[in-house]
Amino acid sequence: MNFDKELDARGLNCPLPILRTKKTLNELTAGQVLKILATDPGSVKDFAAFAKQTGNELLSSTEAGGEYTFFIKKK
Amino acid sequence: MEDKKMAIIATKGTLDWAYPPFILASTAAALGYETQIFFTFYGLQLVRKDTSGLKVSPLGNPGMPMKMPFGPKWFRGINWNIPNAVQAVVPGFESFATVLMKQTIKNNGVATIPELRELCQEAEVKFIACQMTVELFGFEHSDFIDGLEFGGAATFFEFAGESDICLYM
Repeated sequence: MNFDKELDARGLNCPLPILRTKKTLNELTAGQVLKILATDPGSVKDFAAFAKQTGNELLSSTEAGGEYTFFIKKK
Repeated sequence: MEDKKMAIIATKGTLDWAYPPFILASTAAALGYETQIFFTFYGLQLVRKDTSGLKVSPLGNPGMPMKMPFGPKWFRGINWNIPNAVQAVVPGFESFATVLMKQTIKNNGVATIPELRELCQEAEVKFIACQMTVELFGFEHSDFIDGLEFGGAATFFEFAGESDICLYM
């Protein structure tokens, strides 16, 4: 998937991945896509909840070998 | 979503209880909530410039696991069941437990309190310190971080009365 910026949140625990994501999304313009890498198992639900509440669209949420990848499109 | 508000009253001054208000406030801010924390009584410790006084106490806290944050896996897995009577008489036991807790926090990629506090301020979470308890405990305004406002219960209610979520911690 194409993306405009990547955020490495691996090794970080709640709530840091969400806080960094919010901060990084502020640097993007509407419609741009942010890719996030995380290792916190709680982040799967958290990113879905974050997207739902902020209106930014969660394009995909995948897991491979204990690593989570999210693509979020800025509102 | 812009209109949602969350108000927190933080009353505890230990390292473990420093986390819930800052984690929830910073996350709420990231979700678009306008957020305020009212620090009163021991909660004032959370907004002092010097956070080295924030400690954990396993004493009288049966819910706290006492595990070592270093060594081989089997060793880390041991829960050290140290009786309260022993904890109470060993000098520096709380400092020792605090060192272990801070190492565990670091090992788990959990943010430090100064870090979370700064993230809250960056996200425009408003901090209000209770003026009455500042005086009660003999603190000076200069003991506290910048960006803090001082006020009383009525100041808190001005915001809390319109909040969607109000939490006492």
